[in-house]
Amino acid sequence: MSEEGDKKYTERGFLDYSDKVIELFKNPKNVGEIEDADVTVREGDPTCGDTIQLSLKFSNGKIEDVKFLSFGCAANIATGSVLTEMIKGKSVEEARKITMQDVEEEVGGLPPVKKHCAVLATKALEKALDKALEAFFEQEKRSS
Amino acid sequence: MEPYFTERFGHPLFIYSQGKEANRTVEEASEYIKRSVGSERGELTFTSGGTEANDIAIRGSVKANRENGDHIITSEVETPTVLRIFEQLENKGFEVDYLNVDDEGFVDLDLLKKLLSDETLLVSVGQVCGEIGTIQPLVEIGEIIEKESPDTIFHTNGVPSYGKVPLDMEEINADLVTLSAHKIHGPKGVGALVKDESVELDPINYGYLSLSEIRPGTENVPGIVGFRKAAELSCESFESNVEHMRNLRDLLIEGIESNISDVVIHGPRGEYRSPDNVSYSFEGIEGESILMHLDMRGISVATGSACATRKLEPSHVLRAIGVDPVTAHGAIRFTLSRMNTEEEVNYTLDVLPEVVERLRDMSPMMKRGVT
Repeated sequence: MSEEGDKKYTERGFLDYSDKVIELFKNPKNVGEIEDADVTVREGDPTCGDTIQLSLKFSNGKIEDVKFLSFGCAANIATGSVLTEMIKGKSVEEARKITMQDVEEEVGGLPPVKKHCAVLATKALEKALDKALEAFFEQEKRSS
Repeated sequence: MEPYFTERFGHPLFIYSQGKEANRTVEEASEYIKRSVGSERGELTFTSGGTEANDIAIRGSVKANRENGDHIITSEVETPTVLRIFEQLENKGFEVDYLNVDDEGFVDLDLLKKLLSDETLLVSVGQVCGEIGTIQPLVEIGEIIEKESPDTIFHTNGVPSYGKVPLDMEEINADLVTLSAHKIHGPKGVGALVKDESVELDPINYGYLSLSEIRPGTENVPGIVGFRKAAELSCESFESNVEHMRNLRDLLIEGIESNISDVVIHGPRGEYRSPDNVSYSFEGIEGESILMHLDMRGISVATGSACATRKLEPSHVLRAIGVDPVTAHGAIRFTLSRMNTEEEVNYTLDVLPEVVERLRDMSPMMKRGVT
């Protein structure tokens, strides 16, 4: 654990974002929508009102492309960005293993008041993966 | 202020000559600031800031006058400090009513008339709602209280309004006014409570050493000197300061409305809007993100979005005026000061549309999407 990465969040520094979050906020990856997506989901967080939209495209059972849209704060944007990066190239089972702690670690930590953003991202992922499985199942049924 | 940290180090309560000098300095500052709010025979107590002054005004007056009743009234759009104090008093058994406001933030005067009774100890309504710029009808409120329940104490929080809107205690029949130095570009850590001579106030903190009977503790002499200077700078060119702020405000309002689509103004337009306040929601995007982009470009603003608060609750003011939560999420407040320039406003108008567009491009709320 490096000195810089080990950020201690206190009540006082309640909106003290890590450098990584700021960087991702400024330059998020995978922003947008996929026109012919296999799955598109939206997940909202009634606690603070943030919303994230994920679109996924599969190829040979793996996530070939993923994009996200964000209505929310910097933490929402940063977690969206890392989540989409983390799931690229993975299968549904592999992607499902990603937890909110993984997301939080990937953004270099989140202030306590922002941890729910990592939860939102993983919830959206779960919803998307469930929908993907449903879609594959339907496809298989139709082709058999 | 500087000499008061070093050579002019006397304590205002002590009788050696440096002390007498400090005493005189504090008294003169007190007189000046008192008169700037139209109080001739009132008493001014210096505090650690607006918050403490509000606390003493409210809790000190109910404490001293409890035998006259236990009903107190405030509004839904007061600053969080005032609301927190009223909430505490409610927990202690006081009967509290919160005046509702219309969609521009103006308090319901008919409701005030209805609620006032001889059990009503105190009415506290701030002169300006700092979030959305609504200038409350204090003259009317003072008249209503005079007529319906003249013994009721009338307090107004002048912290967001001092220096921007004329405040005359005699004219509005106010008994207590709260002021803060840093809101008029004075130092942080000093404020004042001005009280009419007829009002009884009990101290809420105990101690000794001070010029005031209601607030213990050695006065912040350098802070008071700074406060007075700030008050002078504010009052001496009051009219032109206000005109300047108003022009910048209107320039910013016009620029936002002509260059950015899907914006919602909060608070009234025209003469009942504080000259320094510009408050808008930008649909489809979130306040903290807007704030951070603006901050990176050297522009400091505030937001009513839940994301940027400790409790993840959106602004109580926006809720009170009926703004829906999604719209409230994209709320930004700009405040102008007498020191801002047209150049700065124009720069803001260059930056803002680009920030809004960038965030809108990233937002699912502006697209059709799927749930």
